[in-house]
Amino acid sequence: MTEQMMDAPYRPHGLTNGEQGVLGQPLPRIEGAAKVTGQATYAYEGTPAGIAYAGIVGAPRGSGTIERIDASAAEALPGVIAVIHGDPRMPAGEANSRAMPSFASDTVFHYGQPVAIVVAENQAVAREAAALVVVEMTPGQDRFDPRAEPIDTAPKIGFLPPIAKGDLDAALAEAAVVFDQTYTTPIHFPAAMEPHASTAWWEDDKLIVRSSNQVIGAARGTIAQALGIDKDKVRVLAPYVGGGFGGKTGVGPEVILAAIAAEKIGRPVKVALPRRQTAYLVHHRSDTVQHIKIGCDENGIISAFAHLSVAAQHDDGEFLEPVPFGTLPLYRGAVRHFKTDLVRVDLPATGAVRAPGEAVGTFAVECAMDELAEQLGLDPIELRKRNEPDTDPLSGKPFSTRRMIDCYDDGATRFGWNPQPPASVREGEWLIGTGMAAALRGNFTVNAEAIVRLEADGRAIVETDMTDIGTGTYTILAQTVAEMLGLPIADVEVRIGDTDLPPSAGSGGSFGAGSACSAAVLACEDILTELARRINASPDELRLKDGCVRVAGRETALADLVRGEPIVARAKSGPGAESKRTSQASHGAQFCEVAVNAVTGEVRVRRMIGVYDVGRVLNRKTAANQLIGGMVWGIAYALSEDGIVDTRTGHFVNPDFGEYHVAVNADVPQIEVHFIEEVDTSANPAGAKGVGELGISGAGAAVANAIYNATGVRVRDFPVTLDKLLAGLPPV
Amino acid sequence: MKFTINGRSYEAEADIRTSVLDLLREHVGLTGSKKGCDHGQCGACTVLINGRRVNSCLTLAVMHQDDEITTIEGLGTPDDLHPLQAAFVAHDGYQCGYCTPGQICSAVGMLDEAKKGWPSHVSADLEHSDLSDAEISERMSGNICRCAAYPNIVDAIREVAGRAPAGRDVAGADA
Repeated sequence: MTEQMMDAPYRPHGLTNGEQGVLGQPLPRIEGAAKVTGQATYAYEGTPAGIAYAGIVGAPRGSGTIERIDASAAEALPGVIAVIHGDPRMPAGEANSRAMPSFASDTVFHYGQPVAIVVAENQAVAREAAALVVVEMTPGQDRFDPRAEPIDTAPKIGFLPPIAKGDLDAALAEAAVVFDQTYTTPIHFPAAMEPHASTAWWEDDKLIVRSSNQVIGAARGTIAQALGIDKDKVRVLAPYVGGGFGGKTGVGPEVILAAIAAEKIGRPVKVALPRRQTAYLVHHRSDTVQHIKIGCDENGIISAFAHLSVAAQHDDGEFLEPVPFGTLPLYRGAVRHFKTDLVRVDLPATGAVRAPGEAVGTFAVECAMDELAEQLGLDPIELRKRNEPDTDPLSGKPFSTRRMIDCYDDGATRFGWNPQPPASVREGEWLIGTGMAAALRGNFTVNAEAIVRLEADGRAIVETDMTDIGTGTYTILAQTVAEMLGLPIADVEVRIGDTDLPPSAGSGGSFGAGSACSAAVLACEDILTELARRINASPDELRLKDGCVRVAGRETALADLVRGEPIVARAKSGPGAESKRTSQASHGAQFCEVAVNAVTGEVRVRRMIGVYDVGRVLNRKTAANQLIGGMVWGIAYALSEDGIVDTRTGHFVNPDFGEYHVAVNADVPQIEVHFIEEVDTSANPAGAKGVGELGISGAGAAVANAIYNATGVRVRDFPVTLDKLLAGLPPV
Repeated sequence: MKFTINGRSYEAEADIRTSVLDLLREHVGLTGSKKGCDHGQCGACTVLINGRRVNSCLTLAVMHQDDEITTIEGLGTPDDLHPLQAAFVAHDGYQCGYCTPGQICSAVGMLDEAKKGWPSHVSADLEHSDLSDAEISERMSGNICRCAAYPNIVDAIREVAGRAPAGRDVAGADA
């Protein structure tokens, strides 16, 4: 196996000189026909014979101690096969990649925490039986209101340590202009369309799980550890995943519970969380309180920047929303303070949801920059440009690539950026405004392996345990291999979603595409080396297109060079010294126009344009679609998404689509996405940076800034619902 | 119970509480129709019953023994795609694909509604629906796509409806 860590910039010859011309093209998804005809099978589908159905019984109180579980009524129900509780392996919560599951205990961390599982012959019986299980509890601390609980200013959890560079108070005292405001953001549900689901069965002592999961390689280890079996005895299958958005990065309790139930009854068992249960058994993004302090001179040059926040977690959770993550390298300022404090609550787990950090952090920072620009009498783009750093303002490292200024300029031109004074543009009863924001999402490269086989017939197969959660993994892997080996895309078969395949990065943190495609690139390079050897050429001389290799005017079909035995190469790509030497991120600029009804306060987003720097664009169609998705998340997070806790009981008031309002079609205007493409040779061999989380970064702030521009009303408590606008609207 | 699904006859023995959606997915093996919420809020389960779009999670199988049920599997196959299926692929009117069968079945039913002259909430003229982008969006708002491929979904449906691209959803345009 070839291993190549990113110890120096790397630009694969095969991509630079690729003649197939397929990488980056806006090709339709290769699995598209399966998806539009209903042939693509998700976790709850493709059911083995003899299946039984499970339902999860949740704790009826948000905190306290379980005194008694009475399953007798459920067990007596015809069609019930088993009711299981008290198994020491049963998870009390989600087993994410950082925290192992906590096992059956009498302590309840949150409402709906799994305490028993019922197994029945059909879904209707399972549902009825789950409702018949009686769970008695004594009350606990009932800490259900994050804003009412004490703040731990030195939390021991989270991956982003506090940063305090320079004397903040002194810098602010010396600054000619000081900005100081607090913003709040609500609880945010990932709410993937496919509810968390697993089908589990045992083949002798080996567990097979079809699971809706973003990172199956890590899931395999977590499942094995939870069940106390060897990792080799677990196989996870996820050929199609119905959306993830961070909510499926870990191992939900339903996975372990299905495995335990299947073991107990000796039959395959499947479980899908009812929609309302997803709010309790899947982590959400914490609500946040964010305090922004900026000190600058009269020209807007920032000398001090502080982003100080509070986020929530329950007693068993180890994740803490890294609120200022995107702020770290965003703007100038020698004095830099970044910190997130913790409130412990008795609510469901908080965790990584699409762009942890940036998605909420940019609400505060990018609204603050808009406010500061007005305070200084500057155009908000001009203020940002004046504070564009030359090197990472925290670490001093050089940026690998950073095209932020180009994103501002290109976006401004395409949008027709010409902001008018607040509340000055009116079309009948509609107040019209425009807003913009910067977008930034840190880039990660993660270890990934792939096998590429060049078959005797000249076709190629690429194998890796990646997932495609809607991101386009199938298609971009095919495009990468097709480009490297000079094949039509139809001649590349992609095998993913199976832990029997080489371990990959999985889908999370926007690192999947760059990492997995890089492993495929490296494997293809080994194949090219072997092909070159067979025709006495150097790999650099090869010109490959449509299944033929050309060297010095001589053309040979790949199939003729393979000679019976497939050429197989396995490679590993990962981070290295170059990853540490440089500061890496994807960048962008968001532009938005809204209309706010002067009578009702209703907000309509009329148009939105995003311009993005994401390194090499692997497929313009799927990349643009992901960015559109992120922008729409920004719209809905700014305007309507708001997980509300009943602080008397710790349950969610709105745990479903009827009450928790994600964007629907009519909420979304036509959206334009454009790219400033520069291959990032420091990021990874594919030269690609993250896409999926960038689109939400700054998007909500652009909407909020446009609302302010339309109405003159600045709302700092998200979402910007009409009740917060009405009092400040100009007379009709 | 006996059913006609995609022109074929099926017999199933199912709990009386079984929804059409669970009948399709768990009893007759047609898993193309998806369960996203199981209470009529997301539209992923949309099928056509006697040509009209229906949330199949909200209606009991036992009520539909004499009806014609059409699912995504009955619209087309990978080798012979329905025009809407082909348009969703061409315009990338999806990402994860989970809501897609419901979106497409819904679009088939919706285009038929528009053809019959049924107005939408945003129709400027209740007598003459023009199937503008705003109308397509409004008529398709019972089908949630959390990946939010909405602009591409509208592009796909607009193409099949034979409409030219137009400025869409301009609030206040009538003011």
